[in-house]
Amino acid sequence: MKNRLFQHTGQLVLFLLKRDRFVIPIWIMGILFFTYSVAAVFPDLYQTAEERQSIAATMNNPAIIAMVGPGYGLDNYTPGAMMAHQMLLFTAIAAAIMSILLVTRHLRADEEEGRIELIRSFPVGRLANISASFIVLTFVNVALALIIGFGLAVMKIESMDLEGSLLYGAAIGAGGFIFTGLTAIFNQLTQNARSALGLSFSALGGFYLLRALGDIDQSGLSWFSPFGYVTGTKVYVENDWLPIFAAAGIGLFFAAAAFYLQSIRDLDTGFLPAGKGREKANKTLLSPIGLTFRLQRTGFICWTAGMFILGISYGAVLGDLESFFQDVDLMKNMLVPVEGYTLTEQFLPMLLSVMAMMGTIPVLMSVLKLAGEEKKGRAENIYSLAISRNRYLWSHIFLALISALFMLLAMAIGLWFAAAAVMEEPFQLSTIFRGAFAFLPALLLMISISVLLVGISAKYGALTWIYLLYSFIVVYLGNLLQFPDWMSKLSPYGYIPQIPVESMDYPAAIMMTIIAALIMVTGTFFYNKRDISG
Amino acid sequence: MAVVETRNLTKKFGTFSALSGVDLSVDKGEVYGFIGPNGAGKSTTIRILLGLLKASSGDAAIFGMDAWRDAVEIHKRLAYVPGDVNLWPNLTGGEVIDLFLKLRGSEKNSKRDEMIERFQLDPTKKCRTYSKGNRQKVALVSAFSAQADLYILDEPTSGLDPLMEKVFQECVMDVKEAGGSVILSSHILSEVEKLCDRVGIIREGTMIETGTLKELRHLTRTSLLVETAEKMGDLEMLKGVHGSEWKGNIVQFQADSEEIGSIMEYVSRFGVIRIESAPPTLEDLFMRHYETQPSQPRGK
Repeated sequence: MKNRLFQHTGQLVLFLLKRDRFVIPIWIMGILFFTYSVAAVFPDLYQTAEERQSIAATMNNPAIIAMVGPGYGLDNYTPGAMMAHQMLLFTAIAAAIMSILLVTRHLRADEEEGRIELIRSFPVGRLANISASFIVLTFVNVALALIIGFGLAVMKIESMDLEGSLLYGAAIGAGGFIFTGLTAIFNQLTQNARSALGLSFSALGGFYLLRALGDIDQSGLSWFSPFGYVTGTKVYVENDWLPIFAAAGIGLFFAAAAFYLQSIRDLDTGFLPAGKGREKANKTLLSPIGLTFRLQRTGFICWTAGMFILGISYGAVLGDLESFFQDVDLMKNMLVPVEGYTLTEQFLPMLLSVMAMMGTIPVLMSVLKLAGEEKKGRAENIYSLAISRNRYLWSHIFLALISALFMLLAMAIGLWFAAAAVMEEPFQLSTIFRGAFAFLPALLLMISISVLLVGISAKYGALTWIYLLYSFIVVYLGNLLQFPDWMSKLSPYGYIPQIPVESMDYPAAIMMTIIAALIMVTGTFFYNKRDISG
Repeated sequence: MAVVETRNLTKKFGTFSALSGVDLSVDKGEVYGFIGPNGAGKSTTIRILLGLLKASSGDAAIFGMDAWRDAVEIHKRLAYVPGDVNLWPNLTGGEVIDLFLKLRGSEKNSKRDEMIERFQLDPTKKCRTYSKGNRQKVALVSAFSAQADLYILDEPTSGLDPLMEKVFQECVMDVKEAGGSVILSSHILSEVEKLCDRVGIIREGTMIETGTLKELRHLTRTSLLVETAEKMGDLEMLKGVHGSEWKGNIVQFQADSEEIGSIMEYVSRFGVIRIESAPPTLEDLFMRHYETQPSQPRGK
């Protein structure tokens, strides 16, 4: 009886591996590539012990601790300690994300799509699919741990020995393993894959924050977060294996709970009530702009929060910037000192431009949503009603404008917030605001270009991304790679003044705004003339 | 005056002619069946009527207004159900119905709940969980809740079960009684036969036949099975007899509708024991067109 629950698990394992034959290698290779490239760069970036010590001095501020975990081995900040401290947590998060996606794909998504029903109509055990999924995921996480572990060891970098490297890999695998079990539980609770993913990613975010709090106040709160076990290993310094065994135990406990829940429930059910949706629409939905906002609401909120956090994390490094620049040769190439300004002040415009370009992504997404709706055949719903092309198009443009303001605002506040906490003489809020909002004309131009492209054809909208990528390369890396000046002048971001080192260039801003308006009108003209595909 | 009128409607996609010179007219209170194989140009015609596509040449008018230029004004009195209903996965069916009603401009929707009831739709579910049939129901409920003067229905029942198809047919009849006009593009020929006053057949971008079902009957063949006491002579000699198959004294064949009188006269001489006939269907009519008019290569 018992073993019939697991009938044909082995065959399903092979089947799942076959289905995932591209996805799994891509994830493993991606995480591996990320780890290797950082490991390879670190020794060159900080060549001497003095350089590393100057970085170590910057690692004890609360913002850094909140982001990457408590520093350890700072007295002798070896490349290994540096790598483990700054990279291990993020890599473990990547493994957790991989596990969340793969588990949900094989548990709830397959069930929702009716594939489990088909499988279960064969002489296959009731717990065979969940067992097979766990076996595959365990295999993937163990493989990831071993490949990274041995891979780092053979690079023969000073201070990164075999034991430490294996522990480094194991900590990453442990992160993936715990989230495999946790996600499997969430997959039992909800009735659809989307909600299961939502719960899992919320848990991921929640546990990251819990660890951040625990690491800052050192109350032991971090041990209630899986990520506390990842950073608790103190790889390459103390090499503590105990957290790995604890994490494995926690993962197994979660797995057992998921197995139990799976064994007592019917197919296609969940333990959380599905919750009925609205029977009638809220009044705020019933307009083109209301619909457009509703469809983008989640993304809008996430991006605003993301820009705020980005602002905080960049702001967190401002306090120790001066010593950092003096000690690290590579960084000196990025900035040409200007008389009368601190290096931090000179660095601010570069931070702002990078963030402004990041913030352009959700803004462009707002416009390109119109093209996406058309490609998915949903624009036709709207245009078969009494809604004009102008009205629907400008709903998207309007939201993009609002989004631009919010993104710049969120990043400026985040940056100011962190800068005020870590700098001895913090920037004025107004300085950061002027610097951030100086980028508004550039964002307007990007919006107008996407409007023009979508206006010509839904297919062309995505070309705007190439232009943004170009801007990023020439503006961010332009100084470092010594590109000629005209290359950055082909990007709207190349015309933005370097506040506070330069003063605001109002004529240029007004000119850019006028050009953006003209391009938008032209795009609108084309959009009104063309066929709507569907 | 015609509710819908197109004259010499032509649409080119690059060098490919999707429509060449389509003339079509629908009168007030008329249910117009629009039939043709996939890719014949039904949806292209409908999308021009909706102002989604711009005609390369020719005119398309609805309520006497230009289908492209006056689209917004026209759509206040028009309801459309696409064949492939694409909805927003994270909105509920009820939200989408309300949205459609509101964006068409109709404030009062007294028929909304009645229609949801008739089509047995659960409006509290998210659209991502709806089957194709349920998505179609959302579009049908929002269309028939509206007091429109023209309904454009593009293969609206392809995902519905027979019970729901019947509800749909009742709704179309209600519209007709209330004086509304309907363009019904369909593959389900029994549905067209049951509902439509006039039928237009489109093929490779050209209207090849228009008329009432009665007028089109001359194109159809009746399928006959006859058993006679004496063996008949060579039936194929007669005008209008096709594909005869013998089994002893039983013969099965197709007869052109306009020749049926003379065929019967001949057959009756041999002492008819049994006679079975199947009425002409649009399907036959459809097939016949393919036999008689070889397809011309289009485009270029």
